[in-house]
Amino acid sequence: MTSETDARASRPAAAGRPDAGPVVEVHDAAVRVGGRTIWSQVNVTVAPGQFTAILGPNGAGKSTLLKVLLGMLPLASGSVRVLGAPPGVRRDAIGYLPQHRQLETAARIRAREIVRLGLTGAHWGVPLPLVRRATRRDESRRVDEVIAMVGADAYALRPFGELSGGEQQRILIAQAVVRRPGLLILDEPLDSLDLPNQAAVVGLIREVCTRERVAALLVAHDVNPLLPALDEVVYLANGHAFQGPVHDVITTERLSALFGVPIEVLTTRDGRLVVVGQPEAPHHHGHRHVHADHADHDHA
Amino acid sequence: MTAPTLSWNPLWDLRQLLAYPFMVQALEAGTIAAVLSGVLGWYMILRRQTFAGHTLSTMSFPGAAAGALIALPAALGYYAACIIAAVAMARRPDAHDSGGGLQSARIGTIGAVGLAAGFVLLSLSNSILGGLDDLLFGSFLGITPAQVVTLGVVAVAVLATLAVIGRPLLFVSLDPEAARALGVPVRALEVAFLLMLGLTVAATTQITGALLVFALLVSPPAAAQRVAARPVVSMVLSVVFAIVVIWCALIAAYFTTYPLGFYTTTFAFALYVAALVGRAAVPALRREAAA
Repeated sequence: MTSETDARASRPAAAGRPDAGPVVEVHDAAVRVGGRTIWSQVNVTVAPGQFTAILGPNGAGKSTLLKVLLGMLPLASGSVRVLGAPPGVRRDAIGYLPQHRQLETAARIRAREIVRLGLTGAHWGVPLPLVRRATRRDESRRVDEVIAMVGADAYALRPFGELSGGEQQRILIAQAVVRRPGLLILDEPLDSLDLPNQAAVVGLIREVCTRERVAALLVAHDVNPLLPALDEVVYLANGHAFQGPVHDVITTERLSALFGVPIEVLTTRDGRLVVVGQPEAPHHHGHRHVHADHADHDHA
Repeated sequence: MTAPTLSWNPLWDLRQLLAYPFMVQALEAGTIAAVLSGVLGWYMILRRQTFAGHTLSTMSFPGAAAGALIALPAALGYYAACIIAAVAMARRPDAHDSGGGLQSARIGTIGAVGLAAGFVLLSLSNSILGGLDDLLFGSFLGITPAQVVTLGVVAVAVLATLAVIGRPLLFVSLDPEAARALGVPVRALEVAFLLMLGLTVAATTQITGALLVFALLVSPPAAAQRVAARPVVSMVLSVVFAIVVIWCALIAAYFTTYPLGFYTTTFAFALYVAALVGRAAVPALRREAAA
């Protein structure tokens, strides 16, 4: 397989996706792991370009849902289609950002190379210097374009290990979108970031959705930093899921019923929602700093 | 015959250097081994598999001893032992072994068993194995043309394979999860890399000896990764460093009385220190210039 055919193949993946059909369709699905049903009767639909968050307490099966969409875990019943095909078929049209990635081995490698690997890393063979010059120029332009989009121009040529946690996350988002995917899947991308960086990364994902016309599906345990940017929310709790627009799902009654503990949704003067009393957020917060804290240092 | 002496005339020195076929073969073999270990060592350092590389290099001892016992060429024993050890190391890693600790333990066990086997084989063969020192610390005498040809074939095979899988292997080494999500065969690439590393170590060991193989396999790529942050640039630098080290060492060993292994290691170490110092000094100088 040559770089050229790959470059051509990855573009229609974005341009040629059926604009009418949903990007993700989960219908009446159930998952069983080791004999235990994680969730059942789950229905999820994600439209093109939509920013959707999967929320819920720890152990509710949020990451399990992502694994199903990535084709790494089969359903026990029901059906699922991703980008119009069974999961795992259109892998190269999905940008995936796994959780807790430190990339220790990349510490001394330029950040820009990490982004470039998202575009060409899966290609076999050597890029021939003369024959593929045009392709390589296109690739370089695309890499520069996404680096500019995530605002990483200033540090793209520095070794990845020298960047702060927020800078690294921007580089990894650039890597995930560089192939022009139709769907972006992000597993806890706000984890290990401080509050200003959380807000910045959420804003960035929103902008990527709009500019690249890519649907984003994001797993998070704290809803508040996401609320200003979200289109849809999928709440997973007690083995079931509930999906709807933010203002339908994020209500005092709905959340209290889903979690089984009193939760309050407040509206600020400028119309923003704030969720108070989310059961797992504070307790999770404490222990995630244990392994995250050296990624948090800001070198700038 | 007078011992060769270094003069101020480079042409005369070069003629002395190439006067004997054994020295020409040593330079050829050294260059091939340097190119191989410059490239494979670069991936090994990046993947943090230095311990695996070291264990593979000690396997040349049982390999050579077994070869001597059944009257096969030592080189064949090297390659066979290293490939067997690489296959043993490449067994599926434990699912709970997130830090690689269990795999390190397995590699250590393989190393101990290999050395013990070498010891037994050596006494069984009644120490027919001449020059244990050379086996452990390297020698540039007595490299046969056939050995050089074998080295060349191995090098071409390994580098051709790497030309095909090099980029996905880099992706898997830096970012295995993202690579897996894109359908890159992570596991197959890891096994392929260990096999290629085994072949490279077996080849390099014939020049550097089992214990000093790291002079070519670790120091040059480690120095290169210190000074360059672009994969292509630092890989090329790694090869250049390895070639410089082995050439300087061969020349020094030829004109003086000290052994090759000493020079290879010393030059490699000096290079690594220079890279560290340079790495620390350049940003400091730049800051000073900017201020």
